[in-house]
Amino acid sequence: MPDTGKTGGSRFSKTEFAERKERVQNLARWLFFAMAIAMIIPLLAIVAYLLVKAWPSLSLEFVLDVPRKGMTEGGVWPAFVGTVYLVFISLAVATPIGVLAAVYLNEYAKDNWLNRTINLAVINLAGVPSIVHALFGLGAFVYAARFGYSILSASLTLAIMTLPVIIASTREALASVPMAFREACWNVGATRWQTIRSIVLPNSTSGILTGVILQVSRAAGETAPIMFTGAVFYKAIERGDIFAYRLNEQCMALSMHLYTMATQVPNVDESVPYATAIVLLGSVLLVNASAIAFRAWLRSRKKW
Amino acid sequence: MIGEKLLELVIRFSGISAILFVLAIFLFVFREALPVLTSEKFSVIQFFTSIEWYPTSVNNVRYGTLALIAGTFSVTLLAMAFAVPLGLGGAIFLSEFCGPKLRETLKIVIELLAAIPSVVWGFIGLTVMSRIIVKYTSAPVGVNMLNGAIILALMAVPIIVSIGEDALKAVPDAYREAGQALGATKWQLVYRVLLPAAKNGLLAAVLLGVGRAVGETMAVLMATGHAVHIPHGILDSIRTLTANIAAELGEAPVGSEHYRVLFLTGVLLFTITFLVNLGADLVIRGVRRK
Repeated sequence: MPDTGKTGGSRFSKTEFAERKERVQNLARWLFFAMAIAMIIPLLAIVAYLLVKAWPSLSLEFVLDVPRKGMTEGGVWPAFVGTVYLVFISLAVATPIGVLAAVYLNEYAKDNWLNRTINLAVINLAGVPSIVHALFGLGAFVYAARFGYSILSASLTLAIMTLPVIIASTREALASVPMAFREACWNVGATRWQTIRSIVLPNSTSGILTGVILQVSRAAGETAPIMFTGAVFYKAIERGDIFAYRLNEQCMALSMHLYTMATQVPNVDESVPYATAIVLLGSVLLVNASAIAFRAWLRSRKKW
Repeated sequence: MIGEKLLELVIRFSGISAILFVLAIFLFVFREALPVLTSEKFSVIQFFTSIEWYPTSVNNVRYGTLALIAGTFSVTLLAMAFAVPLGLGGAIFLSEFCGPKLRETLKIVIELLAAIPSVVWGFIGLTVMSRIIVKYTSAPVGVNMLNGAIILALMAVPIIVSIGEDALKAVPDAYREAGQALGATKWQLVYRVLLPAAKNGLLAAVLLGVGRAVGETMAVLMATGHAVHIPHGILDSIRTLTANIAAELGEAPVGSEHYRVLFLTGVLLFTITFLVNLGADLVIRGVRRK
């Protein structure tokens, strides 16, 4: 076999051009891999660091106990219960409105200027800064509606904040129901609403539910909207008491408690704010992870 | 059936409620801010052009937000300098370079990363990041623009990755096949074919990241320090529009001028994020029309 000259080796070996191409390709692959990994490392590093720092205080007792000695010791129970109240009330308000709005947008709306405006409004509602929601809650619920600084005001503020995301996730769930299902239902003489109630909603309930569960974690983590509408630094309640708050009272909240512990309380035992952060982060990630697992399970048994 | 008609009316009204809420937010915030516009001590020109923010001064009251605006934009810009390459790189890796199993895992991690509450990010900035910054730079305090920007970047990356990945996925596979048929490597495909084809979607991803960074409150409140001045370097402490409201609203007497100016800053913020989100939406819609 004659030698192929400059390229060297056999006729079928790679040319220098091909080799360079491959080198660049490999470099690019590793670079992008590194970028992707650079997103994950923070999550792991942060959780690990917080856990290590929080370890001395962390126990079930920390969740169930009330703050003691000017909040420098003890647990986070009042804040934990407060967050549960805020999250449940806000989602109880936001879910029906959000689901119905999504039903309208996905099942009824035609492509006209009104519905384009609604879409735009949903997108912008999702982008409103949380502190502007706080200002709105203060102006509208606390003063104009005279709800005062209360769980009610704070929950309604949170509800408006979570609304656009519930609309978006519900729409996605509704859109994943195949059109043929609806057409079959219409063909046997069902009205639009009958179709929605007996075909579309049952087939998308789980998807809607996943979206709502994901909002639990978002509502639990928000601080700014509740800071000026209903959350307080400190409120004395009984240890382990579940029915501690009433709608027209102010409450503590985990996110607000973490902010207070980190910036306002002097001489606090170092591990206490870290443990508060772990309780907040842990509950949020736990709720989120279970929603994601639920969704994965649903997808795996989907038949269409 | 009357019941059904009624129900459809309720559904229709829920749909329209989104518009009502956006209008209500603007109107209520604006309503609280309105009286200050006619006050003698306040001038709109000063509001936008003065760097002096002395809201509680007894005889020299100044409501200039220029330093706060500069703070917001500088920390957002720096955050985007970190987040855009990282986010777009991550999006490219997810959609082009990795297998389906790794992709699913990474997407879950990104979703969890996006779920971390902003107050936890702020806490991390205040405790962990500030120590790292004091150790490795010449900064006297760890809570500064660099700190806030790193935290904001970590918060914005998940959005940029997930929207960016959607944009890349929307490029038809025929483009990839045509490129590979010509002998292009994956990398050549990415920067010669996919990036130009998906550039609107990627731009929208970046804009949504910017929107999140501009509107973020708790993280910048805790991580950027509290100095109201035009920053001279990335190690300067700054204060942003959002952090300013969060820090001072609790102290401003209800109905006072200070209180109303804070609401006016809210109107300004609402307008900025409205425009950014509108821009992102128009860009995305431009993609769909094609």
